[in-house]
Amino acid sequence: MLRFLIKRLLLGTLTMFAVSLVAFGMFFMLPRDAVATMCVKNCNPERLERVRVELGLKDPLIDQYTGYMKGIFVGRDLGSAQGGYCDAPCLGYSYTSSEEVSDIFARVLPVTLSIVLPAAVLWLGLGIGLGMLSALKRGTVFDRLAIGFSLTGASMQLYFVGGMLMIIFVYTLKILPVPHYTSLWEDPLDWAGGLVLAWVALAFLFSAVYARLSRAQMLETLAEDFVRTARAKGLSKSRAYGRHALRAAITPIVTIAGLDIGGALGGTVITETTFGIQGLGRTAVEAVRLGDLPTIMATVLISAVFIVVANIVVDLLYAVIDPRVRLG
Amino acid sequence: MTHDAASPPYLQVDDLRVRFNTADGEVRAVDGVSFGLHRGRTLGIVGESGSGKSVTSLAVMGLHDPARTRITGGISLGGRQLVGLSDGDMRKLRGRDVAMIFQDPLSALHPFYTVGRQLVEAYRTHHPDASKAQARQRALDMLDRVGIPQPDRRLHQYPHEFSGGMRQRVMIAMSLMNDPALLIADEPTTALDVTVQAQILDLLADLQREFHSAIILITHDLGVVSQVADEVLVMYGGRAVEHGTVAQVMRGPQHPYTWGLLASIPSLHGDPEVELKPIKGNPPSLINVPTGCAFHPRCAYAMKPEPCAAQVPQLLAVQADGHRVACHLPEPERIRIYTDEIAHVGVAQ
Ligand SMILES: Nc1ncnc2c1ncn2[C@@H]1O[C@H](COP(=O)(O)OP(=O)(O)OP(=O)(O)O)[C@@H](O)[C@H]1O
Ligand code: SF4
Ligand SMILES: [Mg+2]
Repeated sequence: MLRFLIKRLLLGTLTMFAVSLVAFGMFFMLPRDAVATMCVKNCNPERLERVRVELGLKDPLIDQYTGYMKGIFVGRDLGSAQGGYCDAPCLGYSYTSSEEVSDIFARVLPVTLSIVLPAAVLWLGLGIGLGMLSALKRGTVFDRLAIGFSLTGASMQLYFVGGMLMIIFVYTLKILPVPHYTSLWEDPLDWAGGLVLAWVALAFLFSAVYARLSRAQMLETLAEDFVRTARAKGLSKSRAYGRHALRAAITPIVTIAGLDIGGALGGTVITETTFGIQGLGRTAVEAVRLGDLPTIMATVLISAVFIVVANIVVDLLYAVIDPRVRLG
Repeated sequence: MTHDAASPPYLQVDDLRVRFNTADGEVRAVDGVSFGLHRGRTLGIVGESGSGKSVTSLAVMGLHDPARTRITGGISLGGRQLVGLSDGDMRKLRGRDVAMIFQDPLSALHPFYTVGRQLVEAYRTHHPDASKAQARQRALDMLDRVGIPQPDRRLHQYPHEFSGGMRQRVMIAMSLMNDPALLIADEPTTALDVTVQAQILDLLADLQREFHSAIILITHDLGVVSQVADEVLVMYGGRAVEHGTVAQVMRGPQHPYTWGLLASIPSLHGDPEVELKPIKGNPPSLINVPTGCAFHPRCAYAMKPEPCAAQVPQLLAVQADGHRVACHLPEPERIRIYTDEIAHVGVAQ
């Protein structure tokens, strides 16, 4: 198990290294002139050239890269034009909003986590519960309703569902505030009240997929020999299905859930836009629009971290669940 | 069959019918099967794929899904009537009075739980007051009894860490946890190597002597039947076509289908030059079972249309005690055909 863990962590580190290289290479070799974009007035060529030197953009690419990585791990001096010394983890200095990129992320990351993680708990619980139950009650009215629910959910768009929810609960019934973000630590009730519609909308769409997946998975598992063995031993239906079948059926779902959550953390643009909340997604989109390279670069890295971490967590969970993985 | 004839058999199946509702129509998987089995005796059930062997045994276990299955007739186990029993009541008998082992021990054991845990669970389901330590001890004893070396170490291993033969021993140990009076083994050696097959069969025979249980052994292999069974039930198209002691059915078979089965197995002692003769044609559809004798489209001796294509032959006693055959041919004619035309061709003894 320990060897397995170390192997996965090494692999994850390697992946991150590769991602950072690619991201760095891509953005810093783009033909676009960041300095010219950034400059608003007095943009004569000499001044631009001075800024380029100051930002280190004239240094060899390899030096720029090692400088950047050093900043992340130990911090570095960015020069007086960029706020002086930048503590680790230093992600550079935003070209457009006059602050360190890490400060921007310290602000927007909790927002995105607050949107995605509770929604994930909801969608997993609802989706897996519905799917498993409808597999056990195959062919009944309950099963048909659950299938109808997943078909509806799977064919909807987030902005539509989100818009409808807001019209109903915010503007018509007036029982919920306009969606917004408050820190959980400051005011838990307001935190939940401001985000609950986003959770529900996400949970509705995602749980539809999970219900369908879990149902198919459970039906397949119920036909397995070991479930019949469990029944042949004299176990009750609830124990045979609830323990023996469920444990096997849930394994592949764990994988997909991990990757979905990792992906969702890096892809909340639509949710944030729909509900007018400023998180990682909208920050990234704005950075792209304004050509704020350090912020774009950091967004790419952080999204990659989410995915890599999700992969490691999934692998570990898999090993915990399935001894065949753990023992090779 | 003369064995313990005075006492009623431990398992008595009467006119069992099992039907499945499917999208294509009603499948008559078992259509009127009757037999009895005493403790200490082994019944081999043979027949081609799809003849209803597994469906019959799953009916005895009460493992058919009641929503899709219609079961009529009688199954009496130690005096209790199983047909119509609620799942809650049937559950208490399963694994305790009647246990089952399956063809593929790898897929029949749960891949995520240790062997010990699965054995302990089997015991504690029926001994809710037993402590974990008692159940563990029982598991150790049983693993040891079925010939698994170092049982205390093996207890903590997962099914995938065992070889095929060892896994089947684990399944056997699990089925014996509660000392069942009836053990059903559905093709327990089909997935194993020939040498391992023989060991498993020996083990079953040993255990039977020790525990004095009744065994139903389902197999395609008449050689296996002649080795370990006391009685044979030959099934075709969901019906029993011949039933008797091994000696009666293997040495004096009277049903044309049994002749076909015997001729289609490689003989261990016979002349290897003698060509095997698989039965011509295919097993019948169980949705549209042929009228009359289900075997008549493939039978070389069929009298058509009357009576073979018109009337279902009943499983009737012949002269030898306990031997029953379902065929319209008169008994002397069957005996004559067998001795003159069949017996000298390589038939396994
Ligand atoms: N749950 C079910 N629903 C519908 N049909 C079924 C079901 N179970 C079995 N059958 C059908 O019943 C027939 C008898 O099946 P059974 O499994 O008893 O055959 P078998 O004699 O055990 O064959 P094999 O040697 O291949 O195991 C087959 O045609 C099978 O397709
Ligand atoms: S009843 Fe007729 S068709 Fe059936 S086995 Fe006997 S002779 Fe053949
Ligand atoms: Mg079968």
